[in-house]
Formats: sequence, structure tokens, C-alpha cells
Amino acid sequence: MSGVRAWAAGRPAAARLGLALIALLCLYAFVGPHLSPHSPTDIDYTALSAGPGARHWFGTNRIGQDVFAQTARGLQKSLLISVSVSAATTALAALVGTCAGYFGGWTDHALTFLVDLLLVVPGFLVLVVVASRLRNAGWPAYAAAIAALGWMVTARAVRAMARSLRERPYVRAARHMGVRPLRIVRGHLLPHLAPFLITHATIAAAAAVVAEAGLSFVGFGVQPPDVSLGTLMADSAEVALTYPWMFFFPTGMLLCFVLAVNLVGEALRTRLDPVAAWAAVRR
Amino acid sequence: MAGRVLRRLARSLLLLLASALVSYAVATAALSPRAYFEDRTPRPPTVAVDHELAALGLDDRTPVAERFTHWAWRAAHGDLGRTLDGESVNAEFGRRIGVSARLLLVGTVVGTGLGVLAGVWAAVRKDRVPDRAMTLLSFLILSLPTFVLALLLKDGALCFNNSVGHTVIRYTGESTPGATGGLLSRLGDRAVHLTLPTATVALGLVAAYSRYQRAATLDVLAAGHLLTAQAKGLTPGRALLRHGLRVSLVPLTAFLSFGFLTLFTGSVFAEQIFGWPGMGSWFLEAAQRGDVNSVVAVTLFAAVTVLLAGLLSDLLLFALDPRVRG
Repeated sequence: MSGVRAWAAGRPAAARLGLALIALLCLYAFVGPHLSPHSPTDIDYTALSAGPGARHWFGTNRIGQDVFAQTARGLQKSLLISVSVSAATTALAALVGTCAGYFGGWTDHALTFLVDLLLVVPGFLVLVVVASRLRNAGWPAYAAAIAALGWMVTARAVRAMARSLRERPYVRAARHMGVRPLRIVRGHLLPHLAPFLITHATIAAAAAVVAEAGLSFVGFGVQPPDVSLGTLMADSAEVALTYPWMFFFPTGMLLCFVLAVNLVGEALRTRLDPVAAWAAVRR
Repeated sequence: MAGRVLRRLARSLLLLLASALVSYAVATAALSPRAYFEDRTPRPPTVAVDHELAALGLDDRTPVAERFTHWAWRAAHGDLGRTLDGESVNAEFGRRIGVSARLLLVGTVVGTGLGVLAGVWAAVRKDRVPDRAMTLLSFLILSLPTFVLALLLKDGALCFNNSVGHTVIRYTGESTPGATGGLLSRLGDRAVHLTLPTATVALGLVAAYSRYQRAATLDVLAAGHLLTAQAKGLTPGRALLRHGLRVSLVPLTAFLSFGFLTLFTGSVFAEQIFGWPGMGSWFLEAAQRGDVNSVVAVTLFAAVTVLLAGLLSDLLLFALDPRVRG
């Protein structure tokens, strides 16, 4: 049990592990393709379904494409989507949440209704429908769609926190001194919300990767000949036990990334705000 | 009190209407039923396609607002229109709703129940082996996307079946086709088929809820009234069960509707991966074909279940916490 205990006691170590994993994955996704002589679309007719070896490091798939190159391409896309969605949802959640919480009244009613409305239908279903239109639009379009449907829960929590911050003496003082509302939001509210937002940025980073992979897995995401971790997994899921390398390399990368981001997020949460996340949602 | 409940209901109804409008608008904007008809070989003449689309109420030459009012009027009278094959959406809905409802219901009950139990247990055994193990396990499960979990469970079951030598865990479809035998053996067959999909949708809930419940139970364990109860002679276990559990469940009610959203998304993957003919797999099929009426029907189903889950969690809060009733 000593391993478990060390894990629980040494959170910073876990966070360092997470950061190291993320660095390795980035290295693989962005430098890896330059090390390998194969491109993701090249077909090697002499090596169909070949296992990992000297020529194809991660093996090849059933039509002879290099799994190392394909996984790197998929991971690249996942990482780009992850960073952009994380930034966009956090900004959107901060904007909507603080506006609803700070201004109250009709702004609050309208924004809360919008948030509730977007939470009535599971976002993934909407994403599936919207994705039919994005077939040829590339990863930024998918990132935008995923971001547009992923900010609501955080915005709700931010709103609750902004509401309580609004009545703090220094915020009231600033208001009575005639400081403009947006300046108060920027100068007095956002610094307090920052730890919470940073934590949520990590959650969003993991969720975005999972959403894209899931979308591609059910056939609505990235279209062939382009690849993503999701399409690689969908193509090889049936033969996962016969040709494990085709399935387990992309799946392993996905799991490593989510796990690494969660490790960092967990460490940030315990370091930055032990109570806020819990208390805010509880209201 | 009655006023509050009524307001809550009215808001839910309003949200349902708005979500119907939005999902109809999104579906018509993104999906192209015309392409589905035109892609057939030989390519049918445009007039024929126009005619078929008009018959389904999907003619893209009439304004969206008009199509929506027409659809909404019929939907309000209990008719959700026709699928692209000209079949009744209502009939398909009826065939599939039981399958999904079973998965969602069993998943919610099992996930919430086990999550609460695991959370309380971890809190009572804080910092001991079960707590540490559960923390690690739930962290790992929360890092596992639902569809990966489903695939791993499927492969695991396949390996297990192979090593045992005959099919113990059946996981394709919701029952063995052509199964014979009495009611009991058929029920047993369905229960076996239910195992893996339920595990897929419920494990995430167990992991998340056990964390929340652990934190809430730890709060309660430190509260004065439990000490009082013990001072009056109750054992720690009885004190927690009779005076602590109810209090600790209150914060969890806030998470139930979010949890249900995740569960619903998970059920779409579970149905797809385990070959269940439910609402989720219908949705994916319909979205692929551009079947607007079917897509909107499933989103309506989703909206109704999500709103119901929200109402139920509110009712639960009412039942648990006398302060909100005042």
C-alpha cells in the first residue's frame, strides 16, 4: 500500500508527474513526426498490420499506415483543441458569470436563463448535430463548437461567487466611489476568482480532449483521411485484442493526457482553493 | 410553498419550449435531409425530392419559422412527425424509450446509491486503506472517458469469456435474440445484458458522488449534534445513520441534475458500443442521415428527462431539508 500512501501524501510529486507527462506528450506530438520517416497517410504495402518494430515503432494499421505518425497527428490535434477550448471556455465563463452575478437584475435573469437553457439538452447531443456542418472546416471549428457548449457549469459557479463578492465592503466602497462597473469586475472580482478559474481551465482542457475524441469516435468529428485520437480508436476498437498496438497507443495517449491534466488540476485545486469550489456550487 | 413549486414548474415548461425551439432551429440549420434524398442512386428528380420533403414537413423552401410552428402544433397534439423513411416518429419513440429508460433509471439508481455508500464508507475510514484505495480508484475512473471505459469493459468481458471457455457475460444488445424459456430466465438474460452498459454509465457517477459524499460526511462527522447523539448513548454508527446521513445528503442534491447530464451522454456511447436499440443510437443514426424530426424527438426526450431529474433533485432537497420548505 506504500505506493498509494505516497501518492496521497505527496500531491506536489503527483503534480510534477502530471507536468512531466504533459511535456512528454507535447514533445511526442510536435517533435515526434519529424523523427519518424513516415507520414500519417503513407501506406506501406509490405507491412500490413505489422506489430511494433524497428521500422514502424508503434506498428502499422490494417492498411499499412504508420501508427506512430497517426497517433502523433491525432494527439497534436487533441492538444491544440485542448488549449484553445480551455482558454475560450474559461474566458466565457468568467465573463458571463461575473456579469450575471455582479449586475444582477435583468442581466442576471437573462444570462441565467441562457445558461439553464444550454444545460437542458446534453451538450454532446448538440455537438453531434452541429458537427454535421463542420465536416470540412478543420479543428478550429470543432474547438469553437466544443467551447460554445462547455462553459455553462463553470459560469454558474462563477455567478454564485460574484454575487457574494459584490457585497464585500471593499467592492461596495469602490462602487460608492464611482469606480466603473467593468473596472470593479476586472480589478476586484477577477483576482478573487482567478484560483477557481485556473482550476476549471484544467478541467476544461481534459473535457475538451474527451469531447473531441468521443465526437470523432461516433463518426461526427474529424473525417478521413485526416485522423484524430477518436477516429483511430473507432477504427481499431473491433480488433483491439487481435492487434493491440492499433488500439492501445492512441487510447494510451488519450488516457495519459487526461490523467496528467487531472493530476495537475487536483494539485492546483488543493493548493489554490480548498473551499471555494465546493462551497460555490453548494450555494 | 405551493407558489414556489408552481413557479418552478412554469420555468421548467418554459425551458422545455425554448429548448424545443432551439434544437429545432439548430437541427434544421445543421442537417440536410435534402442531401439524403439526393444522394440516392439513381439521383431522383428535384421535383420528386421537393415532394417528399414537403410530405415530411422538411421542405427547405418554406421558412423555418413556418415549419417550426407547423411541427410544434402537431407535437402539441402528440404527433412528432415522420422519419425520413416515412415511418411515424411516435412509433419509433415508443419502441426505443423503454430500452433507454431502463438504462438511465438503473444507471442513476445504482450510480447514486453506490456513490453515497462508498462516500460514507470512505469518510468513516478516513486515511485508512479503504479511503486511500477509493480516492485513487475514483480518480482513475474520473480520468477515463465513458466510451473508453465501455470499450475496456467490453474487451475485459471478452477476455473473461474466452478464459472461462463459454459466454458468461453477454453484452451485445439488450437481450439474446430468439431466447426461449420462462419469464424468469428471460429476465435473467436481460439482467446479464444490462450489466456492462450499466457499469459504463454508473461508474463515473459512483466516482464523482463518492467524492462529494465523502466531503459532506466528513463535515457532518465534525458537527456538534452527532457528539450530542453519542453522548446520549447512541453508538457512532447509529448516530451517523440516524442523525448524520440525512444532513450530509443535502449538498449532494445540487449535483444530481449535472450528474444526470453526464449520465445521459454516457448512455449514448453505451447504447452505441453495446448495440442497444435505444434513443441514443437512434439519435446518432438520425443525425448521420439528416433526419430532423427524429433528432428533435430525441433532444426533446433528453430535455424532459434532464428537467425531471432537476425537479426530482429539488423534491429530494425539500424532503431532506426542512429549512427550504419554510
